[in-house]
Formats: sequence, structure tokens, C-alpha cells
Amino acid sequence: MNLPQVVQYCFAGVTVGSIYAIVAIGFNIIYNTTGIINFAQGEFLIVGAMLAISFNHFVPLPVAIAGAVVITMLLGGLIELIFLRQVRNPSVLRLIVITIGISILMREAMLHIWDEKVRSLPYFTGTSVSTVTILGAHISPQVLWVLGVSAVIVMGLTPFFRFTLTGRAMRACADDKMAARLCGINDRWMVTLSFMLSAGIGALAGCVISPVTQTQYDMGAPLAIKGFTVAILGGLGNSMAAVAAGLMLGLVEAFVMSQYDVAYKEAVSIVILLLILVLRPSGLFGKSDIAAMRAL
Amino acid sequence: MTHFRRYIPVIAVALGVIILQVVLSATHSTYYMTQITMSAYYALVVIGLCLLMGYAGQISLGHAGFFAIGGYTVAVLTTFNLMAYRDMPLVSLCRSLGLVVQRQDIYGADILAFSPWPAFVVAILLTVIIAFLIGLPVIRLKGHYMAMASLGFGLIIYRIVLGGRIFGQADGISNIPPFKIIDGLEVNGRAAFRVESYYIAWFVVLAAMTLAINLVHSRVGRALRSIHENEEAAHSLGVNTYRYKLLVFVLSAIFAAVGGVLLTHYNGSIGPSEVTVTKSVRYLVIVAVGGMANLWGALFMGVLLNFLSLRGVFGSYDDAVFAIILIAIMLFSPQGLLRLPKFRTVTSLLSRRANG
Amino acid sequence: MDMAKRITKIVAILVLAFTIYVSSVVKAADAPTIKVGAIFAVTGGAANLGGPEAKTAEMLVEKINNEGGVNGKKIELILKDSGGKPENAVSLAKQLIDEDNVLAIIGPSTSGETMQIKNICQEGKTILLSCAAAEVIVNPIASYVFKVTQSDSDAARRIYQVMKAKGIKRIGVITSNDGYGVAGGKQMASFAELASVTIAISEAYDKQETDLTGILTKVKGQDVNAVVNWSTVPAQSLVAKNMKQIGLDVPLFQSSGFGNIKYVEAGGEATNGTIFPCGRLLIADILPDNHPQKKVLMEYKKDYESRFKEDASTFGGHAYDSLLILTEAIKKAGSTDREKVRDAMENLKGVVGIAGVFNFSSKDHNGLDINAYEMLTVKDGKFVIYKN
Repeated sequence: MNLPQVVQYCFAGVTVGSIYAIVAIGFNIIYNTTGIINFAQGEFLIVGAMLAISFNHFVPLPVAIAGAVVITMLLGGLIELIFLRQVRNPSVLRLIVITIGISILMREAMLHIWDEKVRSLPYFTGTSVSTVTILGAHISPQVLWVLGVSAVIVMGLTPFFRFTLTGRAMRACADDKMAARLCGINDRWMVTLSFMLSAGIGALAGCVISPVTQTQYDMGAPLAIKGFTVAILGGLGNSMAAVAAGLMLGLVEAFVMSQYDVAYKEAVSIVILLLILVLRPSGLFGKSDIAAMRAL
Repeated sequence: MTHFRRYIPVIAVALGVIILQVVLSATHSTYYMTQITMSAYYALVVIGLCLLMGYAGQISLGHAGFFAIGGYTVAVLTTFNLMAYRDMPLVSLCRSLGLVVQRQDIYGADILAFSPWPAFVVAILLTVIIAFLIGLPVIRLKGHYMAMASLGFGLIIYRIVLGGRIFGQADGISNIPPFKIIDGLEVNGRAAFRVESYYIAWFVVLAAMTLAINLVHSRVGRALRSIHENEEAAHSLGVNTYRYKLLVFVLSAIFAAVGGVLLTHYNGSIGPSEVTVTKSVRYLVIVAVGGMANLWGALFMGVLLNFLSLRGVFGSYDDAVFAIILIAIMLFSPQGLLRLPKFRTVTSLLSRRANG
Repeated sequence: MDMAKRITKIVAILVLAFTIYVSSVVKAADAPTIKVGAIFAVTGGAANLGGPEAKTAEMLVEKINNEGGVNGKKIELILKDSGGKPENAVSLAKQLIDEDNVLAIIGPSTSGETMQIKNICQEGKTILLSCAAAEVIVNPIASYVFKVTQSDSDAARRIYQVMKAKGIKRIGVITSNDGYGVAGGKQMASFAELASVTIAISEAYDKQETDLTGILTKVKGQDVNAVVNWSTVPAQSLVAKNMKQIGLDVPLFQSSGFGNIKYVEAGGEATNGTIFPCGRLLIADILPDNHPQKKVLMEYKKDYESRFKEDASTFGGHAYDSLLILTEAIKKAGSTDREKVRDAMENLKGVVGIAGVFNFSSKDHNGLDINAYEMLTVKDGKFVIYKN
């Protein structure tokens, strides 16, 4: 393979990798605050994109996207309030099961509200045939948007969680709910906020990838699956690691595809997931706190 | 004989099954048996999953994978034409042992393939091996990690059957012959065999339930319940939690595989749609709705919901109905629809042991 | 133990309830209707096929009934949604055959479902008019099983004809990994040598794939003169876009699965120049007035679009054709006796439908030949006839 080809594969890998990373970031936010994995995360991306596409019929693109993000955030908060807060004995099993139910419900709702047709947002810059040449490889400018938005999200979140009061309050809840409450943190509100934030990020991600991947009501679940694979690969809760893991997985998939039958590409991510879970559940970059990850 | 009391429900259900058959035959509506039989086979998966989730406390998002292993194994073995290989020593050996037989397919051509009984045995053996190998590393994991690992397992099986040419890829495998259990007793989807298939299905289901009830009340069952209540305490008391969980995992896999084998013979076909994430999630929903540790709840919900779904009662809202029921139960009645107080039963059992 | 008592009680109640329900279902007095079953994937993964099919079926049955029915009897359409899942199709087929005693079943939407109910229909002596594409549906032939879609083999041959005229010698073939795509890939492979074309690379991508730049980069690396994409999934719009984006500037051929203007809209200007074989529905308005199919096509298009406010697609056309063929067979047989209708159907000739003009025989339960296809292309975002 010559250099332009290698670069082309890298871009293909990085494109999908950044999509996975954004989904993983959404998981991590909720996980960090509540300790649960929200199986409905993928649906937020699709809801956001669908809303934006609908709004785009009436208002210009940036307004449509902003509107979609806000509504999805409210939706996220609403979901948490209605479904999750009411659960009386919140065991891990029960919460997983509920978020699965929520994801199915959201998907079916989208089917009946929007129907099964595939849609997409217009390209943010250029058209479907625009192409940018970098190091001999050609990519759509939208790919740069995806990368850019992911980077901004990550760079925005890290200081948020580390330095702002709200961010740190959210992290405190994840570590020890009782202690956080004793410090005067309204942990229930933090949980709702984490859902809203995840939903908003998801919606934004859904909008930016829509021109690339197109949007259909049932795309949420496959995205979610890849998203968790990446989140676990990087180490649950660690968003920077999720980005790195996402890019890595994307690149691995691209290279497997270049050398072998394309069908193996899908198998690769699953095998990696299983290996990580079995060998190092804390993820590539997580603390090697294996005792906490494993049952007796 | 206080033990007998726990089997009363089995007898009750068996009687109910018989009465139902009589009624259906009398009103010339035996066609309902089609969906009941199919649901009964799906219920096998659910019973196994209930043992795993409710009693051993492990979550499995990929249980349809075991159903597929059972179903696809028999599908491939009973339809793959070995005619071209008939001179190979291994093939002629199997032929002489009666494992491989010559028959006519539905178009009248001669084919040489495994007969259903050996295929069944192979399917179960394969399931045990795979479940054991998968279970070994995965049982150790906690909460969502196990959920993810089981999801991964289901996905791998899905990819294999979807991509593999020998598995028929996206179209699956059809023209699978019926399963002649013994002379005069067949698992066969045709209308003439409806009543027979119905009884075979229920017999298998009730046998599985009896086994499950035995397990729950046995030493293993008690060990599992203690793990469920408080794993660390159990562990400190010397309960080999790992071994028991693995046992239940493999057992639940066997239940699912048997369901897969029998339904595949009943339908005469199988496809990748039996092992999608949606299917696995559906089994999980049924167990949750029946009440996680409630075997009878799981059975009833399994038969009822699948029956309605297969008859198209939910129409285009099929998945949505499952989701709504799931959420409603999880929020309002986590013990499941039958609301049987599992803790009370457990403690009363334990106290009886202590006193008796 | 009150658990046991409780369960026994519940079982008794359930059995009783079911008994009452079953015995109270009064068998409807046989009104003289013709019962026709339909199994479509209205929801689920094949919803883009089943949705238009179901709508078309309902619309057409209404129309037929308003015009007096067939031989004086009205058609009763019993529509079921299989969700694209074969096991549901199996259960629904049995219901339609055993309980509703339908004369015929139209659908299902996908090959996988069709293959799993093929035997059931044959044994139940129920005519099956499948809207799916696989050749194995009618080969080997089962006397009661028919299919109304054009052949993949004809599509492949038409594509190769165009390639020959354009001097294309080396191609890359990519397909979706579902039944439709894999079958298409096989057809392309089987005619390649005959057409003196080398298939440099042939790969199947996942039907839910969201980005094809990787696989197309692989194709690009093979120095191909053209790309063939065979799928009905949304990813077919991605192919056009991704090709342009990575600078793979060669002709793109699609399968007839591309036959819906939505895919052109989704792909934007990248889809201009795409060449594909298709039924004539999409270019009905520019057909010459004396074309045998013009009237039927225009009427269907007008009716569908005015009623459902969306563009007619070739998928919906399959449902139309299956009903058309059924009603023609009933008229020809002069009765609704299964065997007579089946015999009549097998001998139908010259039935002008949406997909083409049907000519059945005992050896041909598909009825369409290579002329059912027209080669189309996209120009300025519209479908036009391809001219060399």
C-alpha cells in the first residue's frame, strides 16, 4: 500500500472511531455520576438528528441543531425523572434492564413519529461531493467537522469535570453518594443533570454525523454497542481514554478491512471487547483495580 | 412428604394443558396449538435464563446465542448433503452406524445427511462445551461487565451465522426434516402432527420445569440463593460461588439449546433473526416481567407474550409493547406480574429446614 | 404452601378464560369474499420494502372492491406484519392458511422469509406470490409458489451489456450482507467471464453499515474501471457519496434496489450518473404513450402518490403485481377453487404489470424476462432512461 492509501485508510478509521468515541463519552458521563451504563445512549444521537432534520425544514441549520440539542437534553432529563428516579430498589440488574427498555421504547417512538425512511442533515460545509485533500488522501469536509466537534466536546468536558463546581459535584456522586449528600450536594439533581448533558452531547454528535452516516430510526442500538465497546476498552468513566480507544478501534477496523474480508471487520470489535472484558476489564487505560471489577 | 407440594403446580399445569387440548380439538381450533407450541419452545430459553438471572444473579444479554447454537447445529447436520463425500471413510462409518441416513428432500432428490437424533446429541454436546468455555472467564465478571460480555457472545454467534455460507447466511437454512423421537412420535410442523407436537413441547417444558424446581430446592439452589442474598457472606461460609454459577450458566445454555433444536425441527427452518440482540433482549424482558426469580412467572409470561406476538396481536407495535411492559413492571412491580413474595418463600423454606 | 395453590388457581383461571374465548369466537358466516392473506415487513429491518408494499396492497384491494370485486366477489385482505422476521412469517403463514383459509398469500417482502414459508404454502395448497427477489424461490419450482420480481440474473446481464458498450473491463463489486445483496453478488460473479469482465474485488458490507470509505478505499486500490453496488439498504446512497469523497471517479452501477427517488435525494449530486436496471415505474411519465405498460404505471403512480404523499417505489409495485396476477388468474379460472386458480395462474400470458409483462408457464413461475428491465440513470437529481 502506498502512502495515500494508508492515509485514506487512516481517515476511514478515524472517521468511524470518532463517532464511537462520542457515543462512549456520553456513556461515561452518566456512568461517572450514577455508576450505571445507559443502554439508551445511542438513541439520543438519533433523536437529536431526527429533530434537527425536521426543524431544518423551517429554520436554518445552526438554529435547527441548537433546537434539537436543547430538546434532546430536556428529553434526557425527563427520561431520568420519569423512569429512573422512581425505581425503588435500584440494583444494577434492574437499572440495566430499564435502560434497555427505554432504548427500545425510544426507537419505536421514533419509528412511529418519523417512519422508517432514511434521512440526513445537509453537509455543514460543501456538498455530498466536496472533498478535501490531505497527504494525498481525499475526505469529505464533514469528516473534519466530526473530528472537530469530538475534540471540542472532549476538551470542554475535561475542565468541566475537573474544575467547575457542578462537574466535581457530579464526580463526587459517582464516588460515594452518601458522602456527596452529606456535603450538601443534591445528588438526585446531579443524576438528572448528567442525563441531560449526555443527551445533549449525543444529540450534537448525531447531528454532526448525520450527513456522513445518514439517519434512520434504528441506528441507535448498533451505535450504542460500538460505543460501549470503546468505553470499556478505554476504561469506563474515562473520556479521554474513550477518545483514544475509539480512534484505535476505528483504525484497527480499517486495517483489518484492508487486509482481510470485510466481514471480519465486525467480528474484530466484538473479539476485542470480549478479550478486554476477560483479560483487563478496567480497560487499557483504567486503573488496574481488578478486584473491584470482578465478582468473587 | 412435604417435597411433593412443590410439584403440585407441575401437575396443575399438566392438567391444564390436557384440558386445553381437549377444548381446542372439540371446537376445531387446534390451529392455536401452532403458536402455543412455538411459544413453549421459546419458554425453554426463558426458564433457563430465569435460573441464571433470578437465582444465580447473572445477567445474560446474549442467550439467544445458545438457542442458535442448538438450532443451527441440527439444521446444518440434517441438511448438509454428504452425497459427494460418501466414499470417505468417516462418512461410511457414520452411515454404517446409522448416524447418517439417505433420504429424499422435498424436491425428490436423494440426499445423505445426519439423522436428527445424532444431530441433537452433537448440538447439546457443542452447547455444553461452548457454554463451559464462555462461562469460565465470563462468570467472574460483575454487573454490566457480564452484561457486555454476554452481549458480545450473542453478537459473535450472530455474525458467524450471518456470514457463514454453511449457515445459509442471511436466508438461513430451510427444508429441515422433522425430528422422529421414537416411532410414532415426531416433532413436525405439519397440521397432521399438531396435537402430537403440542404434547411433546409441553412434556419437554414441564420436564425442564421439574428439573429447575429440583435445582432450586436442592443444595445447589440453596447455595445460589445464598449467593444472591449476599455473595460475600456466602463466600465466607465456604460456598463455592464460582462453581455453582458456572453450573447454572451451562444448564441454562442447555435449556436454550434444546428449545432451539426442537423449534428448528418444528418450523423446518432457522435464520439469523433468531439470534439478534432484539431476541436476546426479549427473553430478558420476559424473565424480568415474570419476576426475576420466579420460574412459573417466567414460564407464563414466556408462553403468553410469545403467543400473542406470534399471532400478530401487537401488530406493528410488537417491540414497543415489550418495552412498555418491561418498564411498567420494573417501575411498579419489580417482583413481576405474579407478585409472589420470593423472600417470604425463601425464608420460610430455610426456617423449615432449620426446624426439621 | 400457598404458592402452589396460587399457581393452581391461576392456571385454572387461564385455561377457563382461554376456553371461553375460543368457544365464543363465532365462526363468521361465510360471506362470499375472496380471502387473500398478505405478509409484509411493515416494521423492522425491511420496512423500506414492506411499508410501500402494504400500502399498495390496501389501496389496490379497495379499488378492486369499489369496482365490483373479482367475478362479483369482494376481496378480503388479511394483512400481517412480520417485522421482517422469518419465524413470525412462519407463524403468520400458518395462521393465514389454517385459520383464515386464504386462497393465496402475497408477500413476504424478503427472500429469507419466503424460503422459510415456501414449504408451508406448498403443503397447504395455498398460492404464494412472493415479492422477494431470490431465484431459489422458484428454482426448484414448487407448484403453488410464484414470484413477481424481476430476476437478479437478468439485472446482472443488463449491467454487463452496458459495461461492454462502455469498454469496462475491471470492476469492483460490493453488496450488503443480506440475502438480496449476497444473491446479487453471486449473479455478478457467474456472468463475469461471459462478459469478459474481471471482478477484481467482491466484498459484502454489513447492512447497517454507516460509512463505506474503508471498503471503497480497498476497491480503489484495485484500479477498477467501475463499481457495482448491490443492496436495498440505505447504504446505497453512501456508496455514491463516499466514492466521490475519496476521489474514486469511475462509473457506479446499482441494482434495482436503488429504484426510489429518496436514495437519490439522500445521495445528493453524487448520485448523478449512476446507472442501474429497473422496472419502468420510475420513468413512467417519459415513456412513449403506446408503450404497453404506460397506462398501468401512470395510474398506479398517480393513485399511490396522491393517497400516500410519497413517491411510488418499485417495491410497492411488487405488491401491485401480485394482486393483479391473482385477480387475473381468478378471472381466468372463473372460480376460486385453489387448483383451478393455480392452473390458470401458471398459464397466464401477457399480464401487464408494474415490474413488466408477465408470461408464466409450468417451468417459469417468475414470468419476467430481461426486457422487464430498463436501464436508467440519474440526471440532475431525476431518473431518466440511460442511453449509450
